Amino acid sequence: MSMRMKSRRGQISSWVASVFILVLLVVSASPSANALPAFARKYGLRCSACHESWPMLNYFGQKFKDNGYQLMNDRDAPIWQNPGYWPVTFRMTPIWHRVSTGKVLVDTYSAGSSTPTGSAVQRITTSGFDLSGLDFHTGGTLEKNFSFYLLPSSDPTGAFHFESVFARLDNLFGSPWLNVKLGKFELDNLLSEKRILTLTGNGGIYQIYHFIPVGDGNIFGQMGDNQLGVEVMGHSWDDRTRYSAAILSSNDGTTQLPYGNAYTGFFTASQAFDTGRAGVQRIGGYAMIGEAPTTWLTSGGPSSYIAGSGIGNKSFSREGFFGQFYFGQHVDLQVVTQHGQDSAWFGQGYGDVIDGVSSVNNTTGTTLPAGSLAPTWNGVLFEPHYVYSPQLIFIGRYETIRMSQQSTPGTPSNLGNISTYTVGYRYNPFMTSRAGFAWHNEYNWLHQDGTGPTLGLTNPNVNTSEVLMGFDFDF
Amino acid sequence: MRTTVRRWSLALSAAAVLMFPLASWAQLTTYDIDKRLDMESHIGNMTGHAKDGKADYRRYCVVCHGPLGDGNGESFPWVDPKPRDFQLGVFKCRSTPTGTLPTDEDLFDTIARGLDRSNMPQWSTFTKQQRADLVAWVKHFSPRWANEKPGTPIQIPAEPEVTPDRIRAGRDVFARVQCWKCHGVLGQANGPSAATLTDDLGRPIAPYNFTEGARPKCGETDRDIYRIFMTGLDGTPMPSYADNIKPDEAWDLVFYLRTLMSQHSKEKEMAKQLNLKPVDPNAPAGQQ
Repeated sequence: MSMRMKSRRGQISSWVASVFILVLLVVSASPSANALPAFARKYGLRCSACHESWPMLNYFGQKFKDNGYQLMNDRDAPIWQNPGYWPVTFRMTPIWHRVSTGKVLVDTYSAGSSTPTGSAVQRITTSGFDLSGLDFHTGGTLEKNFSFYLLPSSDPTGAFHFESVFARLDNLFGSPWLNVKLGKFELDNLLSEKRILTLTGNGGIYQIYHFIPVGDGNIFGQMGDNQLGVEVMGHSWDDRTRYSAAILSSNDGTTQLPYGNAYTGFFTASQAFDTGRAGVQRIGGYAMIGEAPTTWLTSGGPSSYIAGSGIGNKSFSREGFFGQFYFGQHVDLQVVTQHGQDSAWFGQGYGDVIDGVSSVNNTTGTTLPAGSLAPTWNGVLFEPHYVYSPQLIFIGRYETIRMSQQSTPGTPSNLGNISTYTVGYRYNPFMTSRAGFAWHNEYNWLHQDGTGPTLGLTNPNVNTSEVLMGFDFDF
Repeated sequence: MRTTVRRWSLALSAAAVLMFPLASWAQLTTYDIDKRLDMESHIGNMTGHAKDGKADYRRYCVVCHGPLGDGNGESFPWVDPKPRDFQLGVFKCRSTPTGTLPTDEDLFDTIARGLDRSNMPQWSTFTKQQRADLVAWVKHFSPRWANEKPGTPIQIPAEPEVTPDRIRAGRDVFARVQCWKCHGVLGQANGPSAATLTDDLGRPIAPYNFTEGARPKCGETDRDIYRIFMTGLDGTPMPSYADNIKPDEAWDLVFYLRTLMSQHSKEKEMAKQLNLKPVDPNAPAGQQ
């Protein structure tokens, strides 16, 4: 080896060593371990005070939310804030992801032809750099015991919608047991999908909050979507005991009354228990019981449905239990179960014609095919976390949904069943009361039975996977 | 060029090496504090261990109270009142006489109760064991606990029945010990001394405004109010009146203070029926 090469290698080694040491120093010198910085700035608290890992709430954060975004320290009203304080947080996530979808029906071409000559099934894999939508979170108090939340949210193209808009009267009659919220809001799911720690297309939602049987026309039972309505909730002073009851329009949060005069109720209650060093354990139950239209008036032809004309309401329900179990300061397990049922009418494809989910109308004299049954299913999700520190969390999730009764006799019993696994971690290199930043890495795999194209196959299953990494930041 | 690269490389390495002592300098104080990591708290039959409180302190408390417990966390410049300096071992809310250390129960209760009109929330979401561990962690910051025992909680006699005479007598006590000088004759925190008050560290501090509707910092029951003025709020200008007010008079004062508060109370009703006037700062002693 020449002296020149040795010298060059020495320089490189020296540079690498220097940079490594500096990076090490910078990392180790970072302030000890993210939240709506709008709240963190207001109260001078770090994200970790309210979030197990941002954006998932911990028990204290849940209590803060239940109190109407108030610490209840008589300094919650805006009058106590510096006039320059503006309760706004921006959140966006630049990412790189690779999505692989199995059994996609594609056209085939003969050589030199631009006209499809047949079909085939193949896996499509795509990868690249991407963006999430942009969220403008604004929330807080208008006055002591008058709180609000407003979340204009865009998709990655910049098209905005109102994800959340509500005002809340807190601690009515001086009691934490009576709070009333009106507007568009997330249902009182303690394992909140809007605060989910994962970001992939399939892993970024809780499947059991959105499950719809194959061929079913009911989109209105999606617990994970923000809904329009009014909610009454209450809790004990330490939030150990909680309840809520909400009346919602059966429109899946869509504005301008596009469906009909149907309503859904969502009810939940839970109790937490002090288990010493293990932490506070919470168990509870929920029920979503509602109706949605299957009959639509038309004007100018059978497919020209009149928005808002839905009648012929049929029922659906989702109910289950949830548990939040803590095993010391580092490990916890979140569990949600669900039993779901839709009316046989939905099961046969009647329901949301406005969005094209359903293509059949329950007109006068319509009867269900002989033997039609109300589709039912059961699901469970387990989400364990290992919280190394407020700055680093490892996330796992397993969800499975199994059909227990298909609507159409003879349908394979497993059609539409879902199993999905998600693993990932979030690392916050710093944690302050001013802004949040997470280096996010995640892998999701989802399997669904029988929903692939039946091209020479019998009930083909579909596997989809996604790997994602990116910067999740808010300020 | 190569020389320049080598020079920069050397400079970076030197900077890295030089920064190590700086990093360890901050550890010196930590070293002193860490010697008390075996600190315990005792709440009923529960024992709290300082080491077990560390993680919760770092997650929830450090932003205000600081990694060294000196009240110099990152939010220090923005919050008012300023966070408590645990290294001093001086606490407002105590059941023990002025100048003494609080009991473990005092700290345990303060964590759950929070401190109204400050950035200290009600940490009622912790398990009791977590709170006990945090009490031990808080104690480990101050050498006082290594050398002193907490004071003996003051004796509070049973609360007597409130009567119009007692409320009048309470007003006399309010005038005699000159509560109005800071709190104002109507309890509006606008007494002649109010604007001049500072805490032991020389920071401006406001007296409690009875009419604002906020809970007193150290508890809102009658016994809590009794305890507040009989033990004083150490570190603030609010002294202990244990030497100036007899136990029976102290209850009279509690009843009179209730009449100043905005919350509905039987004392307030009685004061209304009595057409009770505020104290007259210029009236001769005993002639309110």
